Amino acid sequence: MRIVILGAGQVGSSVAENLVSEANDITVVDTDPVRLRKLQDRFDLRTVVGNAGHPATLERAGARDADMILAVTQSDETNLVACKLAATMFNVPTKIARIRAADYLSHPEMFSPDYFSVDTVICPEQMLTDYIAKLIEFPESLQVLEFAGGSVSLVAVRAFHGGPLVGQELQTIRKHLPNLDTRVAAIFRHDSPIIPDATTVIEAGDEVFFIAATENIRGIMHELRRMDKPVKRVMIGGGGNIGRRLASAIEDRYDVKIIEYSRPGAEILAAELKTTLVLVGDVTDEDLLQAEHIGDMDVYCALTNDDETNIMSSLLAKRMGVRRVVALINRSSYVNLVQAGQIDIAISPAQATIGTLLAHVRHGDCVAVHSLRRGAAEALELVAHGDAKSSKVVGRRIEEIDLPKGASIGAIVRTHQLDSDGDKKTVERQVLIAHHDTIIEPDDHVIVFAINKRIVPKVEKLFQVSVGFL
Amino acid sequence: MAWLLTIAPVLGLIAMAMSFTHLLPIGVSLALNDGIVQAWVLSMAVNFAAGAILWLTTRRHKRELSLREGILLVVTVWSGGALFASLPLLLTIPDISLTDAYFEAVSGLTATGATVLTGLDSLPASINVWRALLQWLGGMGVIVLVVAILPMLGVGGRQISKSEIPGPMKDDQLTPRVAQTAKGLWLIYAVLTLACALAYHAAGMMPLDALIHSFTTLSLGGFSSHDASLGYFNSAAVDVVAICFMIVAGINFATHFLVWRTKSLRPYAHDTEARYFVLVIVASIAGIAMLLYGSGVYPDLLTAIRYSAFNIISVGTTTGYSTADYNLWPVFAPLWILFLGTFLSCSGSTGGGIKMMRAVILYRQVYREIKSLAHPYAVTPVKVAGQVVADPIVFAVLGFFFVWIVLLVSMTLILGWTGLDAMTAFSAVVATLNNIGPGLHQVGPGTNFAILTDFQTWVCAFAMLLGRLELFALLVVFTPAFWRK
Repeated sequence: MRIVILGAGQVGSSVAENLVSEANDITVVDTDPVRLRKLQDRFDLRTVVGNAGHPATLERAGARDADMILAVTQSDETNLVACKLAATMFNVPTKIARIRAADYLSHPEMFSPDYFSVDTVICPEQMLTDYIAKLIEFPESLQVLEFAGGSVSLVAVRAFHGGPLVGQELQTIRKHLPNLDTRVAAIFRHDSPIIPDATTVIEAGDEVFFIAATENIRGIMHELRRMDKPVKRVMIGGGGNIGRRLASAIEDRYDVKIIEYSRPGAEILAAELKTTLVLVGDVTDEDLLQAEHIGDMDVYCALTNDDETNIMSSLLAKRMGVRRVVALINRSSYVNLVQAGQIDIAISPAQATIGTLLAHVRHGDCVAVHSLRRGAAEALELVAHGDAKSSKVVGRRIEEIDLPKGASIGAIVRTHQLDSDGDKKTVERQVLIAHHDTIIEPDDHVIVFAINKRIVPKVEKLFQVSVGFL
Repeated sequence: MAWLLTIAPVLGLIAMAMSFTHLLPIGVSLALNDGIVQAWVLSMAVNFAAGAILWLTTRRHKRELSLREGILLVVTVWSGGALFASLPLLLTIPDISLTDAYFEAVSGLTATGATVLTGLDSLPASINVWRALLQWLGGMGVIVLVVAILPMLGVGGRQISKSEIPGPMKDDQLTPRVAQTAKGLWLIYAVLTLACALAYHAAGMMPLDALIHSFTTLSLGGFSSHDASLGYFNSAAVDVVAICFMIVAGINFATHFLVWRTKSLRPYAHDTEARYFVLVIVASIAGIAMLLYGSGVYPDLLTAIRYSAFNIISVGTTTGYSTADYNLWPVFAPLWILFLGTFLSCSGSTGGGIKMMRAVILYRQVYREIKSLAHPYAVTPVKVAGQVVADPIVFAVLGFFFVWIVLLVSMTLILGWTGLDAMTAFSAVVATLNNIGPGLHQVGPGTNFAILTDFQTWVCAFAMLLGRLELFALLVVFTPAFWRK
């Protein structure tokens, strides 16, 4: 695929990094030659210096032959203009734009082909905020990912001593949870994956990925670990873009405090947020944390834009007694360094947000892609097209499908079109947890878990319909 | 002192305009033949002549007014206007002193409603029309004063009512020009007055009474043509009409203007002040009605609600009608009712007191101080309707409140020194400084301000002017800095 990426910031760079490794032709456009040089030194891609909103720059970047354009510059306006130009002057089939301003996002009609011609709007900050908000909602989990419009969730938890299921074989889950259907998709023990079967025994310290209908998550989590008391108090370190969004998203449900370094910034935050307590100070200032009773907090989120500050502040908060800390860490080397140590969850912004983009680059009909374990593993939502003749999956029982080793089917979401009254069609989603005898029907959404990223292309190929179908 | 001359031609014009307002009492006098037409014509002629002379002799000095001249103009219009307005009273009411006539005129123009006259029912009809008309004109002046002029002067955190707060409709300025805004507001005021008069008539009032009471209801003034005030009619229907229009007049006229312009009721929902205004009224009615019913003042709950609702809203909005002598209610009730009068009305209404907006800001500021003790690192801006109130405005409101308290205490002490009892002195100052009207005890709803000595009457008249001109506009005239070049 020929892809033009506009903007070599954090989002642009990490997208480029991920896409290069998947055999795509990448061109990156930015106004800053230094940034581009750095990118070019590390990866096999082409760079163009120039304003992404100018037709000449797009022309030079090869927009005419591009299959996809990814407008992820800092400026919403540049992104919108670039998409419009790509549509009208260069006929680029797929246009994705990063839009941050809530005012734009609240008018989806302006992205239609008649206006700015944006096929997909992404807002990485919003995705990251949702991601962190989920972790606060389920404080026991390491990661919560949603599929099929939120009806299915994949949850990672760490098994602890004393959990009802620890030390038991997986088949006993059925006995513990007669009414809740779930499936353990994978277990990571000491950072190496195990494909579970009925006789696998969960050990303390295991990272367990299980998949279930979203409404059942809480009940299942109950069985896997002793339940912590629900989160009431949250402290956020850093009042930047993400801290601010998170605070305003959760301030209705929790008692939120936010620490911001600069006074003018804090004043803007205080004006914008309703019930959140805005504090001015350094997130690594022990006196400040002490004065605000950090020890009584249920969750501390270090969300400044500085990795080292986030790590230090999280360690400090943990030592001062906060129950759970979440830190935003950009450098992948740091993530591996701190996770599972003192810091409960290290989030890499790039990994948390790359999925939406990857879904568009993938072959076959891929609805969603989520990176797991810092990009080592992947969970995909694929649509099974065709029929028993043209497809390798449709009409087959799961045990008959020739899945590559390391991949497993977690769940199936079947959409039922209920009787249409007039024009309105009522759609009902049915979540089926995969068992060996489940039969896949046409247009099912299948959630596949791949413990290794290398086998993903094989999985995608499996879901492509053979040429005869066309 | 040459700069004083610049306001003289404006004053002349206003005096001439005011002379034409005499046409209404002249018409009434002729129609009802109450025998004092000559006095009206004389007063009109004096008004017009004085205005014309002033205008003709000084009109060459006319130019754009500065801030200082603007303040002086406002002060002179209210205090000097009352002098002219007292002339007909002096001419027609036998044995009235200048003090009493001036007090009555100030009480009219400031829309206070405190009276020194007894036997209102037997006064010539045109005099009662004049008293009501003064309040109506006073209310009209106040609307422009508080919505258009004071925000420009920035008196006591007044700029808040301009563009700082209207919440979600922040950019929805009323109109770009003050004159246009004033016209729109006056139109609404006039239409509401007409509606009120028709409603009173429908509720059983005679046409003249309906006119007089609609004037004093919309201006939240409270003069009546009867000694027994609205209690004279003893009609639930009249009470309900009065309650409705007092509530309407107690809400910011800028909000009414937006409702009229946008043709939707949404601005009311977005008006934080109006929300608190209604909330406090409802809670007070519930509490006082229970108290009155519980202590046996009224035999059934419905009557208790009717009387408590009317008197709470009347005094709370600083109108000052009464349908019962609440002086005789359990002591909590009259004190609470008087307390409501100090803050209940919204800014931009025709009511007096420190206004709901300032009360909300004061409350939030106190909350902020307490919060910052518990959280020394916290940034806690004062917010109203989701908007941050800038610190200078908070300080201005604090300053305003401090001066208000100082005036309240010092004037109470002055009245006490002259021999009034504590409750009478205190309530008289509260009732006049907040432009409410009746106080408690000797100046309560059952009696009036006639018992005061001349000196005490002047103190109260001064208090009314202070309250109407938002304290600072009048006080600044007494500072040396104001007169320095």
